[in-house]
Amino acid sequence: MATTHAAPAGWWFRRPSIIPGFGLTFGFAVTYLALIVLIPLSGLVIRSADLGLAEFWRLASDPRTIAALRVSFGTAFVAAAINVVFGVVVAWVLVRYRFPGRRLVDALVDLPFALPTAVAGIALASLYAPNGWIGAPAAALGLKIAFTPLGIVIALVFVGLPFVVRTVQPVMEEIDREVEEAAATLGASRLATLARVLLPGLAPAILTGFALALARGVGEYGSVIFIAGNIPYVSEIAPLLVVIRLEEFNTAAATAIGAMMLAIAFALLFLINLLQAWSRRRYGHG
Amino acid sequence: MDLRIKNVRKDFDLTPALHDVSLDIASGELVALVGPSGSGKTTLLRLIAGLEQPNAGTVYFGQDDASRLSVQDRQVGFVFQHYALFKHMTVLQNVGFGLTVRPRGKRPTAREINERARSLIELVQLAGFEDRYPSQLSGGQRQRVALARAMAIEPKVLLLDEPFGALDAQVRKDLRRWLRELHDVTGHTTVFVTHDQEEAMELADRVVVMSRGRIEQVGAPDAIYDTPASAFVHRFIGESVELPVYIEGGMIRLDGIAIPLSAADEPDGPAALVFRPYDVAIDEVDRATYPGIAATVVASRWHGRGRRLELAVGAGGHSMEIDLPPDVAPPVDSTLSVWPTRWTLYRPSGASLSHPTPAAAASMVSPIQQMAVAQ
Ligand SMILES: Nc1ncnc2c1ncn2[C@@H]1O[C@H](COP(=O)(O)OP(=O)(O)OP(=O)(O)O)[C@@H](O)[C@H]1O
Ligand SMILES: [Mg+2]
Repeated sequence: MATTHAAPAGWWFRRPSIIPGFGLTFGFAVTYLALIVLIPLSGLVIRSADLGLAEFWRLASDPRTIAALRVSFGTAFVAAAINVVFGVVVAWVLVRYRFPGRRLVDALVDLPFALPTAVAGIALASLYAPNGWIGAPAAALGLKIAFTPLGIVIALVFVGLPFVVRTVQPVMEEIDREVEEAAATLGASRLATLARVLLPGLAPAILTGFALALARGVGEYGSVIFIAGNIPYVSEIAPLLVVIRLEEFNTAAATAIGAMMLAIAFALLFLINLLQAWSRRRYGHG
Repeated sequence: MDLRIKNVRKDFDLTPALHDVSLDIASGELVALVGPSGSGKTTLLRLIAGLEQPNAGTVYFGQDDASRLSVQDRQVGFVFQHYALFKHMTVLQNVGFGLTVRPRGKRPTAREINERARSLIELVQLAGFEDRYPSQLSGGQRQRVALARAMAIEPKVLLLDEPFGALDAQVRKDLRRWLRELHDVTGHTTVFVTHDQEEAMELADRVVVMSRGRIEQVGAPDAIYDTPASAFVHRFIGESVELPVYIEGGMIRLDGIAIPLSAADEPDGPAALVFRPYDVAIDEVDRATYPGIAATVVASRWHGRGRRLELAVGAGGHSMEIDLPPDVAPPVDSTLSVWPTRWTLYRPSGASLSHPTPAAAASMVSPIQQMAVAQ
């Protein structure tokens, strides 16, 4: 006779998993995250707590700090948005078309990952400087790129591109051809199919790519400082300001800027995560 | 709307998937495409929908050459084998999709679209599921959403690629009957592909049997079943017994032994003797008394309405399965004398000889059979 075992009353979040080893892997993941991410970050939080609220607020609301934060998050946001558009286009071309040199282009996408960021920074700076290959004709048109926030955006677009392409590409590859064909037989034009059927399906992946590119852009240092010119209140990024404060042995100010960055970045990523969960639910994955 | 397919050929990288296929489908007809895997059924359906372009030949929608119409303009409702629903849209949005993407001038108002979609959802018996996403539906329900979505655009032709392929037997049966009723109500010209010949027989007005990119036979289900035009159709549709025989001077020999069937006037050479498992007579006496096909009973199974015997035949190690009425029960290991009462000889040349001649039995005679009779 078959006996049915009553499932032991477990933690609520254990129930959905049928994969063995949950306890072990979960424990490992938590420990690992704590060691790698939480402990260093809590160090930062504790240090800034030492400052006291009033002192912290004074340091954090310093106009130069505010300006640097605005530059950092503003340029990272714009660059991530640009990367979403062109990253999706690049991924589309790589997934959908077979052309000579496709593998080469595919490999090229990863280059910003591999290149030391300082090398990228110097290359970009010399390219976009007022006497550079691109900088000179742009200057002739009255457009100043290097040593402005625009230059920062360009550097961040460069380093952020692979994040969007590589998150969107695999999902795009999984798109069922028949879904597009179904849309066509129902009378949808290519454009309508793209806007109404394909992109909504890609939304979660695009959001992930955006979040990664944004996070990378906020934290980026090496590739930016050469092209940015680092003019306070104009093109000085927050990570650079942290380094400057440290060189001045002003650890308190550096800590305050770091804590601000952490808080804003966390809030942003958390928001994106919520958005993702919503779109996932909405677009019916799992 | 009626549909004419004229001398259509389709090659994929030089390998032909369809050779010179012609088929006329009348308005309102329900036609089944059957054939083994890779025989070109999906390709034919996709050509009609405009999802593929023929290398030669033309598809006509009524009087119009369909090659001038894009997929979007053809107004075919296509139901894909794996449904291809839009995952991020609710059932209601899926069904309404075809109407919402119409160009501005022809687009119904949002309210009309909503009403149309709801009435279709009711038609496919999914009322109450409007706000679910496809991932929250069972296979059969997704199937019906796909059908409702295809019907929403008021299609001129409805094309279904193995609509019930992924479903279990009971659901298939229900959906099959339901699709037939639905067709009777809506009257769409419908072409559907199926692997299941029983489904084709039960559902279709006409059945098209395909093999290796060609149409082997087109006809009403009973005509296909009773007067198959080729050995392939005979084998493919319904069950059949097939024995390799040799014809010599009008005698049919199996493993060198003459069997009591006459093939007078047939040229000498090899042939396949094909008959239905139930078109046989047996005699339980020793083969010396009656010279049928000598066969030994290997196994005997009761299947509710009769008995199925598995027989070993002759010296060549052939076997066959025949059906007997419930009251006859020859024991295992006994030797029987078996002879087919309705049979057909198929020659390697493609010619065939039937007994009794289908000409006598049915008015519809295929050219091949007439040729064989004339020989
Ligand atoms: N896109 C394609 N590229 C190359 N060959 C193809 C393509 N589509 C179909 N074929 C070939 O054309 C032939 C017919 O294929 P088709 O899909 O029409 O078969 P089918 O009758 O629908 O088979 P099944 O019952 O397995 O679905 C097959 O040999 C197949 O390999
Ligand atoms: Mg197929």
